[in-house]
Amino acid sequence: MPFVTPKSQQRAYDVIVVGSGAGGGQSAYTLCMDGARVLMLEAGRHYAPETETPMFQTPDMAPLAGVSTPQKPFGFYDATADGGWTVPGEPYVRATEEQAGRFEWWRARMLGGRTNHWGRISLRNGPYDFKPRSRDGLGFDWPIGYEDVAPYYDKVELLVGVYGSNEGLENTPNSSPGCLLPPPAPLVSDYLVRQRARHLGIPVIPGHRAVLTRAQDFKRVPALLHPGNTKAQKILAEAMRARSPCLWATPCGRGCAIRANYQSTTVHLPPALATGNLDIATDAMVYEVTLGRDGRASGVSFIDRKTGTHQQAAARVVILAASACETVRILLNSKSAQFPHGLANSSGKVGRYLMDTVGSTVTGQVPLLESLPPLNEDAADGHQLYVPWWLYREQLAGKLGFARGYHIEFGGGRRMPGFATMQGIEWLTGGSYGRKFKEDARRYYGSFVGFDGRGEMIPNESSYCEIDPSVKDEWGIPVLRFHWRWSEHERRQAAHMQRTFGDIIEAMGGRTHPAVERDGAKAIAPGGSIIHEVGGGIMGADARSSVTNAWSQTWDVPNLYLTDGAVFASNADKNPTLTIMALAWRASDHILERMRRKEL
Amino acid sequence: MDRRTTIQWVLAAGAASSLLGPRTSQAGPVTAWRGASGSQGYGTDPNLLKVYRPGDFWPLTLTAAQRRLAGVLADLIIPADDQSPSASAVGVVDFIDEWVSAPYPDNQRDRPIVLRGFAWLDAQAQRRFHKDFAALDAAGHKAICDEICDSARAAAGRRDAARFFALYRDLTAGGFYTTPVGRKDLKYIGNVPRANFDGPPAELLSKLNLP
Repeated sequence: MPFVTPKSQQRAYDVIVVGSGAGGGQSAYTLCMDGARVLMLEAGRHYAPETETPMFQTPDMAPLAGVSTPQKPFGFYDATADGGWTVPGEPYVRATEEQAGRFEWWRARMLGGRTNHWGRISLRNGPYDFKPRSRDGLGFDWPIGYEDVAPYYDKVELLVGVYGSNEGLENTPNSSPGCLLPPPAPLVSDYLVRQRARHLGIPVIPGHRAVLTRAQDFKRVPALLHPGNTKAQKILAEAMRARSPCLWATPCGRGCAIRANYQSTTVHLPPALATGNLDIATDAMVYEVTLGRDGRASGVSFIDRKTGTHQQAAARVVILAASACETVRILLNSKSAQFPHGLANSSGKVGRYLMDTVGSTVTGQVPLLESLPPLNEDAADGHQLYVPWWLYREQLAGKLGFARGYHIEFGGGRRMPGFATMQGIEWLTGGSYGRKFKEDARRYYGSFVGFDGRGEMIPNESSYCEIDPSVKDEWGIPVLRFHWRWSEHERRQAAHMQRTFGDIIEAMGGRTHPAVERDGAKAIAPGGSIIHEVGGGIMGADARSSVTNAWSQTWDVPNLYLTDGAVFASNADKNPTLTIMALAWRASDHILERMRRKEL
Repeated sequence: MDRRTTIQWVLAAGAASSLLGPRTSQAGPVTAWRGASGSQGYGTDPNLLKVYRPGDFWPLTLTAAQRRLAGVLADLIIPADDQSPSASAVGVVDFIDEWVSAPYPDNQRDRPIVLRGFAWLDAQAQRRFHKDFAALDAAGHKAICDEICDSARAAAGRRDAARFFALYRDLTAGGFYTTPVGRKDLKYIGNVPRANFDGPPAELLSKLNLP
């Protein structure tokens, strides 16, 4: 089993953390900085962004000009290693061939997990988002409110570095003063979107992303995050100094060798390792949480992928942060006399209420943006501005026909030309070739603006995963089978996105091609494809209807915690990563407190 | 912006179809792609720092005659002009050979379209001018290409050929504009480290009546 840290450091652990992404990274960071001894188990390989990231490589240096293939589904230079929509040797099952029931499961098998390539969009859930049922009678309320999580949002933003602004808009919370880094300047196309959307009553404000638009304040922040803990302060100050601010080039999805954006491998793990309290084993695929005679988790069983051997590790506390569905899989595969239907599943809710984000896209071509002078618009890789959901009042009054909102991510600009940049423009050029085609390419390059809706899905009884009765992965571990169904709320929301994007593009003097889709069922991206899958181990107010309590602690097994997206009781339009980190920090504080009191 | 979006915006007007894996849904196990035979691609964990050339991962398969035609057609689509050289001068023939020789589903889908298109061009050239397509003069090339360059206007009997031409133009553009010469032609000036990003110049914004 390859250790990132020397194997001789193996010892009695306070906590095992399964997974090394946003939830696992934050959990390990918080625990180690406060003195807990942690063993992190990652199913994928070791990964070092500082030496592996293709920062300035251009498409001509890659096979097939760097396009997406089944082996690198977000393109050759995407940071994801050994992952994507499929993972060799690790199948999953779809319960139906119907397109409407389709679910896609993105996984990464590498240290840092999906944080290495994510979009870095870091939006806070607002007060409504924790109490959606109280507001409109649908879905579930969380057992916690915004005020419980707000201090942790502040901490995470200070730790990882998030740019943005405080606008004081409804259900779009401000950060505490001094938390956010300044947002980057908009592009020409951003200014145009903002001007024209405002004519339609649609607000356009600075985005929030985990990218350092300037160096972190290593003198101020460590004392705020670790009051009274001089060792932690010193370690964090060093870690912050080792990060460089954005150099305004190269896509974040490749990862960042200078650590200018957040990925677990460059932000959470280095300081956690510097404490001396963290051991990491990679290629360690956990498949079971073992149960002691006292009814508590005793540790985990895992497969060393390098040798195929089964191994065990023990600790006082087990944290699952393997990503929502993988965490569900581990729980359901952990069967015992006490838990014949899977560990921590006395409620029968493990695997239930799987949610993704509603996604829909429209691209417009805008004559005003044609033939602009040369501009370097690499910027911070997009999301300089965005549109938060703005129709809360109309929605609550029942005027929209769907219950939950969406935000809009948009972008254009003179980005680095890729394989498809000048493809499919026959509708604009009338089929030009020759010198005329070259002139057309110069004219239309940079004149496209893409709009992506990201909307809330309401949890339902038909969207869940379970263990398939027969299919196993190459290690013999039973795999997940997915069931999926959108409701009319999501389909209508997707149709509303299409109409709105068409309206904005029209207001910009642009054209859409193809035309906007009026049928929500066709406009909506398949389940899982936005890669915001959460739920499956939701938190709640009682042990009957939920898997964990308000501290992400399983009702059934007091020393077992879930710190990935599994605990989400709703999936607001806000991208889940920032909330995963805030809840992981909060759960880890709870664990530290209980360990001090010898309750764990 | 998320990962998908980054790619889609870079793709701009292009098809983003392959971003979501296979287009047809099916019940049962979802397993990783494996090549039908021969090359298994570059794997799921290739070294991203190396500079690759066509042929590094799978053999190139076009014949000498096909490569000749490929170059002639690519240069009809992207010829040299006063700002940049032609497609074939910057390696687009190798790129297209790499593309149609690759084991992945999109490539396997495109390969027969391209090879049939080549054969159709030669057949047309022989029928009308008694020469191979590559040997035609400018007027001969124009006579054939004008009939298939716009699929919206192509005659019923030319639909397949027009589909081929649209694909071939996309491949040519994809190969050309991803080279240093192609980036320069579009006046892309990014991908360089900078200390600051200040946004567009005020004069430009005011000319466009922004913000």
